[in-house]
Amino acid sequence: MCSGNMAAGVLSGVRQVLRGPRLLSAVFSCHGQTFSSAAAAVKSAPDTAVTEKILNFPLTQPDYFHLSELFTMKDLFEARVHLGHKKGCRHRLMEPYLFGSRLDTDIIDLEQTAELLQQALNFTAHVAYRGGIILFVSRRRQFGHLIETTSRECGEYAHTRYWKGGLLTNAPIQYSPGVRLPDLIIFFSTLNNVFQQHVGIRDAAKMNIPTVGIVDSNCNPSLIAYPVPGNDDTPVAMEMYCRLFKMTINRAKDKRRQMELLKGISASV
Amino acid sequence: MAASGCRGVRSILWKYGSCAKNLYVSRSKMVPQLPLRQISVASSLWKKNLAAAGPQKFTQEFIDKQLEEFEVGKRHLANMMGEDPETFTQEDIDRSIAYLFPSGLFEKRARPVMKHPEEIFPKQTAIQWDAEGRPFHFLFYTGKQSYYSLLHDVYEKILAIERHQDKMRNKGLFASDTKQILLTGSRWLLKEEIEENLVENISDQDYLRLIQLMEKLLSMPYCSLEEEFILKFRKQLEVQSSKYQIPALQYDPQGVAFSVADGRRKTAKASITLRDSGSGNITINGRNYLHYFPVLQNREQLMFPLLFVGMMGRFDIEGSVEGSGHSAQAGALRLAISRALLSFVSEGEVEKMRQAGLLTADPRIRERKKPGQEGARKKFTWKKR
Repeated sequence: MCSGNMAAGVLSGVRQVLRGPRLLSAVFSCHGQTFSSAAAAVKSAPDTAVTEKILNFPLTQPDYFHLSELFTMKDLFEARVHLGHKKGCRHRLMEPYLFGSRLDTDIIDLEQTAELLQQALNFTAHVAYRGGIILFVSRRRQFGHLIETTSRECGEYAHTRYWKGGLLTNAPIQYSPGVRLPDLIIFFSTLNNVFQQHVGIRDAAKMNIPTVGIVDSNCNPSLIAYPVPGNDDTPVAMEMYCRLFKMTINRAKDKRRQMELLKGISASV
Repeated sequence: MAASGCRGVRSILWKYGSCAKNLYVSRSKMVPQLPLRQISVASSLWKKNLAAAGPQKFTQEFIDKQLEEFEVGKRHLANMMGEDPETFTQEDIDRSIAYLFPSGLFEKRARPVMKHPEEIFPKQTAIQWDAEGRPFHFLFYTGKQSYYSLLHDVYEKILAIERHQDKMRNKGLFASDTKQILLTGSRWLLKEEIEENLVENISDQDYLRLIQLMEKLLSMPYCSLEEEFILKFRKQLEVQSSKYQIPALQYDPQGVAFSVADGRRKTAKASITLRDSGSGNITINGRNYLHYFPVLQNREQLMFPLLFVGMMGRFDIEGSVEGSGHSAQAGALRLAISRALLSFVSEGEVEKMRQAGLLTADPRIRERKKPGQEGARKKFTWKKR
């Protein structure tokens, strides 16, 4: 019953967006409640209240997981995150995020980047805290192995290979009926190998899955929910992003485990 | 698609009124709340589209039940045959079934069989996620998790070897003539064999990519660190020449070595006795080969095996042959001579003979005549109208 509620409540607190499988699981959990005995129903009421508190309290704080201490603007500068592509490659919609250009190379505004990265990390942490599935996507062959290793270390999922057509939009056929889709997709590079936008961005938007994306100066940030302007070509920058996301997700999961333990202790007391 | 799914689910919610309290539903004013009742739908809607469903899937409980029944049945069978149930092997089972259920069917696979369920039911992938819906494997969302995980592991090993190389270079112990893995006598696993191992389908390009990665791993100087891993993907080729049964060398009362062998070609059957320390006489069916085979080509066929191994004047050949025509009889005798020669010749020579085609039985037989045609291939005169 708790798992049904959790699955139901992963994103409904964060966003008022409803999706099919969530509703079904909520319906079945309601069914369970109506058919169980009265005593069981009474005992589960304080349980639900505590779970609700665990889930809703972090949403009231602006930086519940203290993610601002994970990076500074100087770190971003040293990791060469501010370096964009040349003026000719610039995307029209990236102009608000650029600080300027020097010798034809676009420089990304690190103040905006820091703020947007903070928001993106915060969102990721909340999703991980509520037990959501996070999918790392990138089509850069240089960093595919790094991203897969990162995802394995934080217990989440990765897709750095050829993206088959209906992976998100035709999921029951591509996988099996009853599959659960990712709750958040993080793009470490929004372009594929022929410099077109990755199909996953459009598909995630179709399936109402929120996205976080590292957008370089030649990328289109429009369909991404939490764009983070930054360099996606340098190994130093990619390693930094991987490290940051891994730390946020691990922190959020540890915090959740802590809260569950506290709940267990307080319930037994 | 998601929107219509939502609408469908909302209509289900309507029927279970109170539970929908917590969820935001927008059409509350338009549709009045309906009481719980049976939905009657036409039976044609319940019929499953059997063609659209994939290959038959078996549940884990079904397979477990089959396994249980197999084990119990094995013990019953052992008792029936009067043997010890504890030491009843698969060969014993096959023998007993063939005895109890004799079948005259030509197709071996159509005969009654009792085998372990793992051999009968195809290997299937179990449910890939846990109770909360989180998949077990970190590459689940790629679609081909085993294959991509294999590529990931191979690349991991390449990186590990590169790091080892760098360490050795730093210490100054780098040597390019390190122990190499022996690859002769083995081949890469075929695409079908890899599919079987991974329990998922891969395309030809995927297979080529995997082989490319393995070759890259092999090209590095310190690849011997991962020898065990690489050999898992190599299959040993059987030595072809060891397949032949060499006829035993016998000795007659005078101490002369001789060997006996048979050969067949079309419907001709031949039997040859090859005697050592002879002078090159060839006797067939009691007559000299010059009389028996007037045609030069047939006599050449007889001489070819001896000419090939260079033992022309050494042997006395005594042969009997029956059936078919002169050419087929010559072919049958040649095969018999080659087989008899195997006991007088070394291992390397056996391989050479095999490659020359001396030891291969010619499988060609007369093709049957078909109805509606003049012969096997010849058709009746084609008339335009």
